[in-house]
Amino acid sequence: MTSPLLQVRDLRTYFATDRGEARAVDGISFEVLEGETVALVGESGCGKSVTALSILRLLPEPPGRLLAGSSVQLRGEELTSAAESRLREVRGGEISMIFQEPMTSLNPVFTIGQQVSEAIREHEAMSTGPGERGPAAAKRVAIEWLDRVGIPDPEHRYGYYPHQLSGGMRQRVMIAMALSTRPSLLIADEPTTALDVTVQSQILELLASLQTELGTAVLLITHDLGVVAQVADRVLVMYAGQIVEEASVEALFRAPEHPYTEGLLQAVPDLEERRERLAEIPGNVPRATAWPTGCRFKPRCPYAWSRCRDVPDLLRSGRAEQSAARCWLVDEPERRRSGSGFGPGSPDGRREEVGES
Amino acid sequence: MIRYAVRRLLEAVPILIGIVTFIFLLLHLAPGDPATAYFNPNVSPEIIDRMRENLGLDRPLHEQYLRWLRSFFTGDFGYSFSQHRPVADVIRDALPNTLLLSAVSLVLIFLVGCAVGAVQAVRQYSALDNVTTFVSLFVYSMPGFWLGLMLILAFSSPAMPEFLRLPISGVTSIDYEFMGPIERIVDRLRHLVLPSFALGIASAAGVARYMRGSLLEVISQDYIRTARAKGLSERRVILKHALRNALIPIVSLLGLYLPLLFGGSVVIEVVFSWPGMGRALYNAILARDYPVVMAASFLFGVLVLGANLLADLLYAVIDPRIRTD
Repeated sequence: MTSPLLQVRDLRTYFATDRGEARAVDGISFEVLEGETVALVGESGCGKSVTALSILRLLPEPPGRLLAGSSVQLRGEELTSAAESRLREVRGGEISMIFQEPMTSLNPVFTIGQQVSEAIREHEAMSTGPGERGPAAAKRVAIEWLDRVGIPDPEHRYGYYPHQLSGGMRQRVMIAMALSTRPSLLIADEPTTALDVTVQSQILELLASLQTELGTAVLLITHDLGVVAQVADRVLVMYAGQIVEEASVEALFRAPEHPYTEGLLQAVPDLEERRERLAEIPGNVPRATAWPTGCRFKPRCPYAWSRCRDVPDLLRSGRAEQSAARCWLVDEPERRRSGSGFGPGSPDGRREEVGES
Repeated sequence: MIRYAVRRLLEAVPILIGIVTFIFLLLHLAPGDPATAYFNPNVSPEIIDRMRENLGLDRPLHEQYLRWLRSFFTGDFGYSFSQHRPVADVIRDALPNTLLLSAVSLVLIFLVGCAVGAVQAVRQYSALDNVTTFVSLFVYSMPGFWLGLMLILAFSSPAMPEFLRLPISGVTSIDYEFMGPIERIVDRLRHLVLPSFALGIASAAGVARYMRGSLLEVISQDYIRTARAKGLSERRVILKHALRNALIPIVSLLGLYLPLLFGGSVVIEVVFSWPGMGRALYNAILARDYPVVMAASFLFGVLVLGANLLADLLYAVIDPRIRTD
């Protein structure tokens, strides 16, 4: 087996807040192989974005801090202890990132062309051809990339400012900026959330085709299971700062192991089946300063029983290769049938609290 | 961009006419007229009436106004009663001194203000931030004339070592005529230090506070995270991507601080015996020298208007979002 491109081991990122220490990312491990697309899925506040920013050490420290024992390795090279100068080579060079808000992610006072060529010049060795240096080469490559991401009339648009472009066009610029340095990994943090649906699928198709062309691996962060189904190879489901389930995209949609994943899937509207109300997961995500003890999903879980006071590590299930979930149901699948499951939400959106604490 | 500038210039014309009209009316509302100011009480009323006729003061108000407007815009500001020479000459002597002092203060305000504010923002909550915040609030709350007097006391004091002593009045030393070219420049600069400091430092402290807040806000923006994610050095992120955005609100302060500067120059020029427009205005008011008062008020109006125009143009230079509409 080839060694993974990115290997995250026991990553813990905590924040100092007024209410105490927020354990935003609390011991997650995963890997991304060369060229594959891994989706990191979860609700707002579960730690997805913090995970992404922690990989590139882009979090403000303080208030954030990476705990000792956290490890992020890029092709075997440890990044958590890397020097700032090395991190700068990695950022935008080997690992690029695009963000949720194309409207605010570009600097309003520079032209989009200047911003793309700046990335190219910063990582000149990997972006322009051999022997090509300097601003003219960077500009040529930038225009080439604006063209590749589908911006019409790129020579002219090179001199446009971000406010002259639509949200979808700006996200294309972000993609051009991120991929122009030919990174091995692209971290896309909710890249389509702020866009409307038709533009969303265009952007996803663009990402997918460029990914095939360049062989870039993608870590896609999203809360949208539709997006996951469209592009991902493998899925990591995150809840309350931990990864609760890991599976191939087929296995996940066919047979989710973790009750949280099951709840998420049932909350997706289905065109075939008309229902008055969608099923919903009762309650809210707990606060990162006070995660529940034992299984963190226990207070919202319809199957919870006494064993949930302790929580297993990811348990491998026999049902699909590489599937694993942080839930005792993997051991005792018969409990799932006897449990009540997720029903449609009651009008007041609540149900009786299950379990103690 | 050029169209924008031309439009703004044209917009300034009615405002200028308004200022001039206002000054004219204010003068006519005041009791007495130039003829009574000119002559002492034992001159016979017939002669005063003839003087009025000569000066055109017997004509209807609108006619006087138009004549006066015409001469005003051709640069004929009349004759100074107290200095017994044309007002244009008075202005020619005083205006360059005021412009020099204001320009130096302005550079001080924005260079020092922005630099201090930027350092405070980058090192937020550090000891350096706390100390400079305290000092700038302290300086900000000090009245300029008092600060000026304290500076004079300190820098002319015999206790001050010779090389630190600075001139406390005037534009040049008495022996200026006998100096070489480099010595002359040094002499002029030495004379500028205290008045420009006293005039500008409070505003610099204000600008520093604004700059700190502005830069802190910009640093938390998404595009700064993007710049960092590109692999740029922290220095480049701050100096290139953050600073230019942080300066946008600061530029509009320029239009606010310049009038303050011209107003302050009246006091500071008197304190430091600086032969500028401010001091000329002050002396003219005491001597009821109306032509000088009118011309000086008008010029201050023009300067403020020009400053605002400059601020708006700079605004468009620095922020592309303004330029397009």
